[in-house]
Amino acid sequence: MKRMTALFLAIIMIACFTQVFTACNSEKTLNLLNWGDYLAPELKDEFKKRTGITIKEKPLTSNEEMMIQLEADDCPYDLCIPSDYAVERMIAEGRLAEIDHANIPNLQYIGERFLNLDFDPGNKYSIPYTWGVLGIIYNKTMVDEADLGSWDILWNEKYSQQIIMYDSIRDTMAAALRYCGYDINTENPDELKEAADALIAQRPLVKAYLTDDVKDSMIQGSGALALVYSGDAVWCTDPDEGNTDLGFFIPEEGSNIYFDNIVIPVNSSKKEMAEQFINFLLDPEIASINTEYVGYSSPNTAVLDLLDEWFVNNAAYNIPEEDTVNCVIFRDLGDKINLYNNEWDRIFK
Amino acid sequence: MQRKGTVIDVKRARIAYPYIFVWMPLFIVAPMIFVLYYALFRDGQFTLDFVKQVFSDTTYVPALWNSVWIALVTTVVCLLAGYPVAYILSHMKTRTAALVSMLFILPMWMNMLLRTLAWKILLYDDGIIINVLSWFGINSGQLLYTPGAVLIATIYDFLPFMILPIYTTLMKIDSSHIEAAHDLGANGAQTFMKVVLPQSVPGIISGITMVFVPAMSTFAVSTMLGGKKVLLLGQVIEEKFLANKSFGVGSTLSLVLIVLVILSMVIMRSVDRENGREGGTLW
Repeated sequence: MKRMTALFLAIIMIACFTQVFTACNSEKTLNLLNWGDYLAPELKDEFKKRTGITIKEKPLTSNEEMMIQLEADDCPYDLCIPSDYAVERMIAEGRLAEIDHANIPNLQYIGERFLNLDFDPGNKYSIPYTWGVLGIIYNKTMVDEADLGSWDILWNEKYSQQIIMYDSIRDTMAAALRYCGYDINTENPDELKEAADALIAQRPLVKAYLTDDVKDSMIQGSGALALVYSGDAVWCTDPDEGNTDLGFFIPEEGSNIYFDNIVIPVNSSKKEMAEQFINFLLDPEIASINTEYVGYSSPNTAVLDLLDEWFVNNAAYNIPEEDTVNCVIFRDLGDKINLYNNEWDRIFK
Repeated sequence: MQRKGTVIDVKRARIAYPYIFVWMPLFIVAPMIFVLYYALFRDGQFTLDFVKQVFSDTTYVPALWNSVWIALVTTVVCLLAGYPVAYILSHMKTRTAALVSMLFILPMWMNMLLRTLAWKILLYDDGIIINVLSWFGINSGQLLYTPGAVLIATIYDFLPFMILPIYTTLMKIDSSHIEAAHDLGANGAQTFMKVVLPQSVPGIISGITMVFVPAMSTFAVSTMLGGKKVLLLGQVIEEKFLANKSFGVGSTLSLVLIVLVILSMVIMRSVDRENGREGGTLW
């Protein structure tokens, strides 16, 4: 009798696990692998109202994590929003399904300069979702206007212990590489070493190396300067939730321009439903609701007319084309990324 | 009666079968095997590359040292602060003691990350702590994103794990031993040193184990409060897995941590056993 009970308990336990692993596969659900706070929640309700399809989000914090999740195919995802270099890698590894443009008529709203980019010529596998530029957010009350303009402000001893760096390998290395005058996709060990040495020299000036907390720290005024992406800067300068003392600039030496893109993993069984959702997101009205929530610049040209004037006038949202001429997309470095990883370890030794 | 009791115990033990045969293999043994595999194999081929990479230079030594150092200081402070608390608790009326120990346990019902987040708010640049200190004319400077912040929160998180086992063993001490010591002319200090302290060693040992071992592998607190100005081994492992995708190095570093944990457990055990023998000769 007791043995039966034990067996019964074991079966229940196993049943629970299989339940966990299969629950994500129900008929009218799309599984979306997304960044945190990267889709206006009301749009999920709206999409469900229009189509009956539920969007289930799993939030992640890095492209690397996203790629690991796609490899672990215990639960196939139907949509995912990786950045440019991750798209490049996913295409090379054959992880993405070709998107049928006929199912996405709203593609017409995407601006010319955001299509046909190097990581996915012809947009066969990816549709741009947001874009932005790596730059510097500064507190106008703490920083001298005359010091602005270049990456060297992050090495200015005047701001010792007031500089917040971004705890992310390629972004922080990109800042250092541009500061030293090198390409942000370099695979030259000497150039990388020089950039890492610059970051080691910078360490005493740095208050902290943070990820998501960069925004909070800057809003509270506990840092004078921080390395951020333009989208985060938009959020930080918001008059309601942010701090209006904050400003944003893109260093003249150039920087990284990035695109986050919607893709459909190849092992999704609901490609058409996924395309339906992509088309929904590109609808100008929907896209503008989403943009006001997310705050990252939208590649949708029709959105700018629908947005609040505040966005149009914000230097971090409406970035003029001439400011991005020196900006470069991150390339997927394959195994060469280990050169970056090793230098990174050296910085925090 | 005696036999019947053991039969029931054996039968009851069967309830643990799902735990032993499903849970443990699935969530304890299997992950350990994965860690070992990732550390020693690359694409199915045996390799010592990762081990060499970890031990060939001093890159990871500071992180390891930080982890051990934070764990040691946390343990010592928790012991020094926790023992008197446990001692006072054990001398309270049962009802008061239950209430007070409840106050220690209560925060543990809240998620640890949430409590750490609360510390972050307290330690902010214009947060409560810095403001209160400045009223007294103390300029503490920056608190958040310093080793001190990591230490304070770690100590706070682990203090109950030191107090409770010591409290339990102190409660178990037969008060007649203490009375006998007094009758034989021992003063308060002597009674404590010769009777109470030796008998509470098992509690101290389990307190130290419960604080030192998890404190050494902690990483969430230093991620949230350290701002990467203090890098712990747990953080390096997390970064290796999530940011660098180098499972090999991450697993090898995990093995280093596992070995350290096992080592400290063995030391604790032997101290405990030695003490048990001494304790035996005492009576």
